[in-house]
Amino acid sequence: MTLGEVKTILDAQLLCGEELLDQEVHTACGSDLMSDVLAFVKDQAVLLTGLMNQQVIRTAEMMDILCIIFVRGKEPAPEVVELAKEKDLAIMTTTHRMFTACGLLFQSGLNGGVHIQ
Amino acid sequence: MKGLHYHYQVPGDDFTRAGEASGAIKAALKKLGFSPQVVRKVAIAMYEGEINLVIHGGGGEIDVDIDGEKVTMVLADHGPGIPDIQKAMEEGWSTAPDNVRSLGFGAGMGLPNMKKYSDEMTVESVVGEGTTVTMVVKLV
Ligand SMILES: Nc1ncnc2c1ncn2[C@@H]1O[C@H](COP(=O)(O)OP(=O)(O)OP(=O)(O)O)[C@@H](O)[C@H]1O
Ligand SMILES: [Mg+2]
Repeated sequence: MTLGEVKTILDAQLLCGEELLDQEVHTACGSDLMSDVLAFVKDQAVLLTGLMNQQVIRTAEMMDILCIIFVRGKEPAPEVVELAKEKDLAIMTTTHRMFTACGLLFQSGLNGGVHIQ
Repeated sequence: MKGLHYHYQVPGDDFTRAGEASGAIKAALKKLGFSPQVVRKVAIAMYEGEINLVIHGGGGEIDVDIDGEKVTMVLADHGPGIPDIQKAMEEGWSTAPDNVRSLGFGAGMGLPNMKKYSDEMTVESVVGEGTTVTMVVKLV
């Protein structure tokens, strides 16, 4: 599906990265622990998280994640959005909680990607 | 290819800036046309190291050398040092304080991950003097 479809499914608000909405994505991951994202994510293009700081953006940058979705209706600080713009990442916010947001995307065909030990 | 050298001063008091150096190196390697695999290995290994430099080492310096065969990263700090390097290399071992955990780090995965993503890694540390981590990622 495209990031535009992700946005629709989650009834999400796009904070930056309009130009990425046509990008196709196949896999996603959900985590509040950036240590784990760095250690276990392989080629997931979407990160759902409840954590909000610059290191979420930087972690996404290093892992080639295209889009970060902040769950539970939290609003990131302006400097977090600024950094995402600088790094050409898309940011969305959704009022759904983590489990529901992940479930909705999974149900619509996004999967967790390759499992690595 | 002529050797390239990059030097970064990493402040120890600003967690929000941790990763600036790694981001800059990632962009530089991409621009130089290195394969996505190499770019990613360097980016992840260096970023984990840079985070450690900030949260454990009190800041420090990073030197990156790129030649036709490899990328060499040297991360040096004058922080507290690591008393038991073998223990620190274990997955899950962490002395990170709660405030670091609340920022999404401190799972004890950094050093093992750096080992995984680099082709060679050495950790030298003297308690009370500091730590130097050297990582090499080969280009082929
Ligand atoms: N530069 C350093 N100076 C002093 N101690 C360090 C340094 N780097 C690592 N350590 C010690 O080694 C431990 C393990 O480091 P590692 O990077 O594996 O995990 P972490 O940083 O605690 O958590 P994570 O990397 O998952 O966020 C740290 O908790 C710390 O005690
Ligand atoms: Mg670490």
